[in-house]
Amino acid sequence: MNARDQILARIRGAVAGAPDVEVPRDYRGATGPDAGTAEPRPIDLLAERLRDYRAIVHVVPEAEIASVVREALARRDAARLVVPDGLPPAWLRPREAEALPYETVGDDPELSADDLDRVDGVITGCAVAIAETGTIVLDAGTGQGRRALTLLPDYHLCVVRADQVVAGVPDAVARLAPERPLTWISGPSATSDIELDRVEGVHGPRTLEVVIST
Amino acid sequence: MSRTFLGMPGRALERGFPANAAVAVRDSQLRFNLRKATRTIRGKRAAVVAELPDWEGLRQAGKAIKDHTLRNLDRYLEQLEAAVTAAGGHVHWARDADEANRIVADLVRATGETEVVKVKSMATQEIGLNEALAAEGVTAYETDLAELIVQLGDDWPSHILVPAIHRNRAEIREIFQERMGEWGRPAPEHLTDDPRALAEAARLHLRERFLSTKVAISGANFMIAETGTLVVLESEGNGRMCLTLPRTLISVVGIEKILPTWRDLEVFLQLLPRSSTGERMNPYTSTWTGATEGQEFHLVLLDNGRTGVLADEVGRQALRCIRCSACLNVCPVYERAGGHAYGSVYPGPIGAILTPQLRGMGSELDRSLPYASSLCGACYEVCPVAIDIPEVLVDLRAKARHPRAERLGMAAAGWIFNRPERLALAQRAGGRLRRFVPKRLPGPMSAWTDTRDLPDIPRESFRDWWDRTGGRTGTERQDGGAR
Ligand code: SF4
Repeated sequence: MNARDQILARIRGAVAGAPDVEVPRDYRGATGPDAGTAEPRPIDLLAERLRDYRAIVHVVPEAEIASVVREALARRDAARLVVPDGLPPAWLRPREAEALPYETVGDDPELSADDLDRVDGVITGCAVAIAETGTIVLDAGTGQGRRALTLLPDYHLCVVRADQVVAGVPDAVARLAPERPLTWISGPSATSDIELDRVEGVHGPRTLEVVIST
Repeated sequence: MSRTFLGMPGRALERGFPANAAVAVRDSQLRFNLRKATRTIRGKRAAVVAELPDWEGLRQAGKAIKDHTLRNLDRYLEQLEAAVTAAGGHVHWARDADEANRIVADLVRATGETEVVKVKSMATQEIGLNEALAAEGVTAYETDLAELIVQLGDDWPSHILVPAIHRNRAEIREIFQERMGEWGRPAPEHLTDDPRALAEAARLHLRERFLSTKVAISGANFMIAETGTLVVLESEGNGRMCLTLPRTLISVVGIEKILPTWRDLEVFLQLLPRSSTGERMNPYTSTWTGATEGQEFHLVLLDNGRTGVLADEVGRQALRCIRCSACLNVCPVYERAGGHAYGSVYPGPIGAILTPQLRGMGSELDRSLPYASSLCGACYEVCPVAIDIPEVLVDLRAKARHPRAERLGMAAAGWIFNRPERLALAQRAGGRLRRFVPKRLPGPMSAWTDTRDLPDIPRESFRDWWDRTGGRTGTERQDGGAR
């Protein structure tokens, strides 16, 4: 018998006659669109929880995204910024054709890992954000790009729209598509391996900055 | 079937748990490190668990999802295999450690590479993959900070989540300074023992390796049967590096890590981070389905004794384990003895029930593991999938072959307790001979009196006292109390 058949046969022998179980779902499931009326507002909770992870967070009206982004990049002294395909141009420039004080780099043709290692940062949108856990989820969709773009640069600036913010984990799981590669991000890269002291910044971006638009 | 290999050195195996623990508790630095670390994480876990009003509901759902999955494991594995294959991945099956190691070694060889990067994974530690690859001329580089500390220090992991928990910052600094150069980029000069500086040293040491290595090996926390999706939770970003950058990804995963549906993640992505690092969410979780972004993907499904555990009605609940390590952090025995005493990659309460089941109870160590507990039940309380660890411990104790002295003693006790008149006679004899009872018992029974005082035997048994007085007060001290 090959390994596959033998393992399956062992399993069938092992569980023969064992009772099956019903799964009780006695917990807060996906809340749907009602989450908008929750208190505190999901966007405020998201901001608070992200700050707990020592991310830098701004909550601003949509019209102010571009100016907040510009200030953030100026504070970082960013000279080269990766901008994935489909990122709304208005997040970078309030007015079209305005000159930017930094160079933008696209990912078409694909940047090499070494190129990505040398840029000063990356700006993306996201697919979903979870208020209760302070998590943003990227699904490699429009305005986010492939997974390496938010991994190698040392600085990740993420813009979250209010309609992308959900209350809890079940809402996020319901909204996300499993066939897409997902990256759930809760704060900057961190480790607790040394005496269980949390230290931010190991291999992923050491700084995570999030702009939440109301 | 050959004995299931669980990746641990011979010395700890030859001695039983008590001897291993006796060595460990004499190491005051180790006890200090462990105490500090387990206390910190216990507090964090308790706080984030208390935040969720529906924790118990999630816990019961987690338990039931796992039980249902195990009951239908054959079906879900076939479904998973079909989904992964449909998404462009390749699925391999391994009956034991040797077979898994051979599959991985062949896959690596087929790429022509001699170096691989690894994400921390219990399954690959369990099968001793690094050593097996080394024998084939392939170097496996651990990339998790704690695993790096363990690998550079030529050491063994002592905790599921934080394998270098037994090391403090000064020891880590020393290891980095002395050994990093042998494995790649040396530690920066004037390295301090500030955790920030140490993390930065690890970042620099591994950076080029991530950018250049073509093959990665991972485990997975969950596999979704319905969609073929694999899920890895981590903190540092080394997982993302390994899962994203190399051209070939090989994941070795125990067959019990499966969940039926995508929706089931809504339960486990709440249970695991809060139980494990005591955070609302771990910094990074990656999910991928089959060959992703042009990568070649292989999944190796590992049995290595799991189907044997599945056959045991009481013991099979150990397969619900999601390796969160909450049971280690609350265990009074683990806190004092540390992880190495358990002689397996699975230490602590979960190790005490999983190791003897996976490996069998042939060795002194494996027979002693079910006794590495005071049965206080703290592990069961915190377990996010409600594994009744004390129940399994007691069941395994009954199954283990007991030492001869204990078997004889128990047989004698059984004979006496079986008949009331025998008990009365024995008690009376005890009362008469009590002056001759030594402080230390002879022979193999001395193990008991080494750590305990023998209880005093009263001159008069309760039965005799009752017969004489009918339970009237005022007469009970006639004896003058204990000697
Ligand atoms: S037995 Fe329970 S508490 Fe212990 S590691 Fe496994 S899931 Fe966590």
